[in-house]
Amino acid sequence: MTNYETHEHDVLVIGAGGAGLRAAIEASAQGMNVGLVCKSLLGKAHTVMAEGGVAAALGNVDPEDNWEVHFQDTMNGGKMMNNWRMAQLHAQEAPDRVRELQEWGAVFDRTNKGQILQRAFGGHKYKRLCHVGDRTGLEMIRTLQDQGIHRGFAVYMECSITKLIKDGDKVSGAFGYYREDGRYVLFKAKAIVLATGGVGKAFTVTSNSWEYTADGQGLAYDAGADLIDMEFVQFHPTGMVWPPGVRGILVTEGVRGEGGILRNKDGYRFMRDYLPESTKDQFSANDAESERWVNAAIAGVKTKDKRPPELSTRDNVARAIYTEVKEGRGSPHGGVFLDISYQDAARVRKKLPSMYHQFKDLADVDITAGPMEVGPTMHYIMGGIRVDADSQMSRVPGLFAAGECSGGMHGANRLGGNSLSDLIVFGRLAGLGAAEYVKKLGAAPAVPQDQVDAALAEMEEPFQRGGSGSAKNPYDVQKKLNQIMSTYVGIFRNKEDLEIGIQKLQELKEDIKNVGTKGSKTYNPGWHMCRDLKNMMIASEAIALSALSREESRGAHSRTDFEQLNPELGKFNTAVSKDADGMKLEKTPCPVMPEDLKRLFAKKETTHNG
Amino acid sequence: MNETKATTKTTHPHTGMTTRHDAWWLAPLMVATGFTIFIVYATYRAFENNYYEIGAIISPFYSPKIVLDWFPFSPALLILWVPAGFRATCYYYRKAYYRAYFLTPPACGVKVYGNNGYTGERAFPFVLQNLHRYFFYLATLVLLILWYDAFKALIEPTFHLDLVTVIMFINCFLLSGYSFGCHAYRHLAGGGLNCFSKDESTKRRFKVWEFVSKLNEHHMGWAWCSLFSVGFTDFYIRQVCANVFPNPTFF
Amino acid sequence: MAEANLKVFRGEKDSGTFENYKVPIEEGMVVLDAIHYIQQNMDPTIAVRWNCKAAKCGSCSAEVNGKPQLLCKSRMDKFEPGEEITVQPIKTFPHVKDLVADVSWNYEVNKKIVPFTPQPGHNWVVYQEDIERVQEFRKCIECFLCQNVCHVLRDHNRKDGFYGPRFMVRLAGLEMHPVDSANRLKMVKEDAGVGFCNITKCCTEVCPEDIHITDNAIIPLKERVVDEFYDPIAKFFKSVFKAK
Ligand SMILES: Cc1cc2nc3c(=O)[nH]c(=O)nc-3n(C[C@H](O)[C@H](O)[C@H](O)COP(=O)(O)OP(=O)(O)OC[C@H]3O[C@@H](n4cnc5c(N)ncnc54)[C@H](O)[C@@H]3O)c2cc1C
Ligand code: SF4
Ligand code: SF4
Ligand code: FES
Ligand code: FES
Repeated sequence: MTNYETHEHDVLVIGAGGAGLRAAIEASAQGMNVGLVCKSLLGKAHTVMAEGGVAAALGNVDPEDNWEVHFQDTMNGGKMMNNWRMAQLHAQEAPDRVRELQEWGAVFDRTNKGQILQRAFGGHKYKRLCHVGDRTGLEMIRTLQDQGIHRGFAVYMECSITKLIKDGDKVSGAFGYYREDGRYVLFKAKAIVLATGGVGKAFTVTSNSWEYTADGQGLAYDAGADLIDMEFVQFHPTGMVWPPGVRGILVTEGVRGEGGILRNKDGYRFMRDYLPESTKDQFSANDAESERWVNAAIAGVKTKDKRPPELSTRDNVARAIYTEVKEGRGSPHGGVFLDISYQDAARVRKKLPSMYHQFKDLADVDITAGPMEVGPTMHYIMGGIRVDADSQMSRVPGLFAAGECSGGMHGANRLGGNSLSDLIVFGRLAGLGAAEYVKKLGAAPAVPQDQVDAALAEMEEPFQRGGSGSAKNPYDVQKKLNQIMSTYVGIFRNKEDLEIGIQKLQELKEDIKNVGTKGSKTYNPGWHMCRDLKNMMIASEAIALSALSREESRGAHSRTDFEQLNPELGKFNTAVSKDADGMKLEKTPCPVMPEDLKRLFAKKETTHNG
Repeated sequence: MNETKATTKTTHPHTGMTTRHDAWWLAPLMVATGFTIFIVYATYRAFENNYYEIGAIISPFYSPKIVLDWFPFSPALLILWVPAGFRATCYYYRKAYYRAYFLTPPACGVKVYGNNGYTGERAFPFVLQNLHRYFFYLATLVLLILWYDAFKALIEPTFHLDLVTVIMFINCFLLSGYSFGCHAYRHLAGGGLNCFSKDESTKRRFKVWEFVSKLNEHHMGWAWCSLFSVGFTDFYIRQVCANVFPNPTFF
Repeated sequence: MAEANLKVFRGEKDSGTFENYKVPIEEGMVVLDAIHYIQQNMDPTIAVRWNCKAAKCGSCSAEVNGKPQLLCKSRMDKFEPGEEITVQPIKTFPHVKDLVADVSWNYEVNKKIVPFTPQPGHNWVVYQEDIERVQEFRKCIECFLCQNVCHVLRDHNRKDGFYGPRFMVRLAGLEMHPVDSANRLKMVKEDAGVGFCNITKCCTEVCPEDIHITDNAIIPLKERVVDEFYDPIAKFFKSVFKAK
């Protein structure tokens, strides 16, 4: 039998993005012996790519801002599908968490009064995003990383977890391998925090990196947790569309926050036409007003003018761009134009340096001189592992989740900047929750050997099938999966497409069973992909089934056969979990908001999604 | 398929080993050539002890002229060590000659010369580079004198402008741009502060630091231009003294 | 369709060969795309480290035609048609496989640096001009290309005495932080070994984030070290001044 090494920790955190690092720091602070595992090197997690900013109602720029408004914006953006308690905790605690980052050495851009500067973002009523140019995620992850390495927890880099181990119903460990040399490793742990991020690699065009293979969702699902709201997949309106090699790479919403204008091929500024009636009054009435708003924002002065229509929520803008392109008014490479070049070049370079370089280096476009071409790209999944709002524990005792892999916080649509704040708020709560759980637990749960052996055997299989003959090439299978998801489970959905998609996914499952690889275990990406496909399949199936079951359009979920929002359906979350004969789907009632918070939402009911 | 066994960690066996395809050796070669020409010329001139003064005009190699009875050699030797030391310890020149003369490294990604005992600027002799700021102080004094020389050439015996004076002014200008873009000065002016906005004095130093930083960005350019100008000024004055070149007067 | 000629180092733990691959060129393609093409169509086992493909994470460092750079940022159209493009792992760190090297040494070094230590009771009013310098250093994406190219580590292998440019950048960012209260100059001089750097600027040349590592981080640190250890006259004046 092949060997594996063993480590023991009180709390094992899987994932070293913002959420995982914050959880590890917290659990350590609670006196736990903590291990932190990540698939790539420390500091390279997806969080590093976040650009625009972290949302927190500090009120440094717009003093009217407070947690209640942030809470309202978040719930409205999420089409009231959010777990209200999570949204509340998030809005209340984000400011403290941001200040804490500052105390740990994060260097945010400043206002001229010497405070943390905040910028406007889609769906946020006030200027709320604390940022560092357009590399906020880098600042955040580096701060947490440099803080973390002095907290004494163990870090296992380039190590992938492939299986959670359970003692009865309690979680008790995790099995995985080191990417570097294929060594197997077993972690015994009293509690496990999943912070593995998203699912983007199931789609063709995405802003996500290779790491986003839905590992957390897959592991938790296999361990018996339920996944909620999986139909809500956010397509970011502005990804790069050209050249092909960079298709999908994100163009930060910060560009629009700084005054970027969207136009179609005829030079027409179309966004105003797509504003839903319900929110129209929050946006400027004409271009002149938009311009005044932008100028005031640049000068750092207050204004009564309203924001430009480009700052509508992401689902809206994405649908608008998709429609413009579909109806033949797109740019040469199938996007629309996003223009910031009318502003002072030096300022653009200063406020959006990485966008400037990204376009200059990768697309030969000087964004200070001409428009960029942009189109929707799969960006974020609102759904995920269902957790308790205060402790972040899933329904599997000892299994916690935070960050993008957990569900509930963002409802049907996430506002920009709410993810980075989500990471630090719920990362901390998960670390805390896990520590409390461990303190109460007493003796460590057992790690049944048969589960370990099974996990190990599963990893050996692709080699047994080998790299040729009947064995499938994992990359080909991934490509097929991508095609299915992008074609049948994309921005706009309908019953027929979804059914075809689900059928095709079932067929593809056979291929996944037969993927094989050759070569050694030393840094063998083909081998890694064989395992990753299983998680992607779980997430894809969950997305497709959930999407089929939600017969309405809500937030990021747009059904062409049910264009209206149905208030009745908004009272239930879609939840999937593992059953003896496959994936089981349930409709579970949303947690009910207490009366004292309900007063913040006096708005009349609407059936319009937008 | 290429079957040659190659190891990436080829502890590159000899100096200059690299997989770079471009003409990486061109830059250090040009630098070495430029420096060598200057050093040979300057040494010759320092010992020449002639053709450096005519009327109110004095060559920058010999100014300020210090005549000591007991010192039998060229007076240039008494002063040239200041600008020479300044440039020898200048951060830019260090970079340039470490690359061009010492081949540590000759170019980026190209194997250095010598394998053992590299101590960089931690040990003698290069630890002395840390004295650069003292040379900066001294060189600034010398620079003031060169400005004085230029003005003197302008007003003596009567107010007039001739070609040599123009050259002297250009030289002073370039030398100033070089000196005040000095890294050590940048540090002393304000770079050493951690908080610029603390009080009025730090705010003033911030302004100076910003200005020095601007000059400093092009320190290499200033270094070469001023090196050329100082050599050329001396050369022209020498030729005028030796009656080879004319010195036309403009007014 | 135009084809590129790639010569990629294949092997494990230092021993291996260069193998040639012909890869069809698409518009705007970068070298990382070419490696991925090989991975997906010719050999799924070829190892390369990457994450963002947008020059943001600093994972894909390698040497292309002998020049250290990010694979996701090196455009194929920079090369002459038909030119042989050599792709190798970074040389300074132990080789793992194909284009992947073991950079863990860097993470060990980082641990030794005294972390940010805010002045107690600071009110956190900090102006943009005070942090602008620090923000330049915070742009670092830890690609370790500077560490790779620095001859002190690369050729002289003085990992025992020199933290390398990346950590000079980090130290400078901490030392210049207006709210930080720790003094790391002794470390900069002794353990971090700033004196090993002979300011030959290769780190600056390769930095994909355009951080002026030598001019803005290392030289100012050297000057601060001079203040503390090599400038008796200034020290004297300062002590007189303080004594008053
Ligand atoms: C281009 C881009 C820009 C964005 N901009 C913003 C923004 O401006 N504001 C905002 O709020 N949000 C933004 N987001 C969203 C936000 O960055 C992410 O949602 C967030 O960073 C996710 O953080 P996380 O901690 O949940 O996961 P990640 O940071 O992705 O970390 C996941 C971790 O899990 C590890 N992992 C995964 N699977 C395994 C496994 N099987 N075994 C071991 N480890 C594993 C990974 O190695 C990694 O360390 C952006 C996203 C992208 C892609
Ligand atoms: S300047 Fe210093 S740190 Fe940078 S590469 Fe050269 S020797 Fe190394
Ligand atoms: S300083 Fe530049 S080259 Fe060095 S690790 Fe950071 S980003 Fe890379
Ligand atoms: S650094 Fe060049 S003169 Fe001081
Ligand atoms: S892949 Fe992130 S820098 Fe190249």
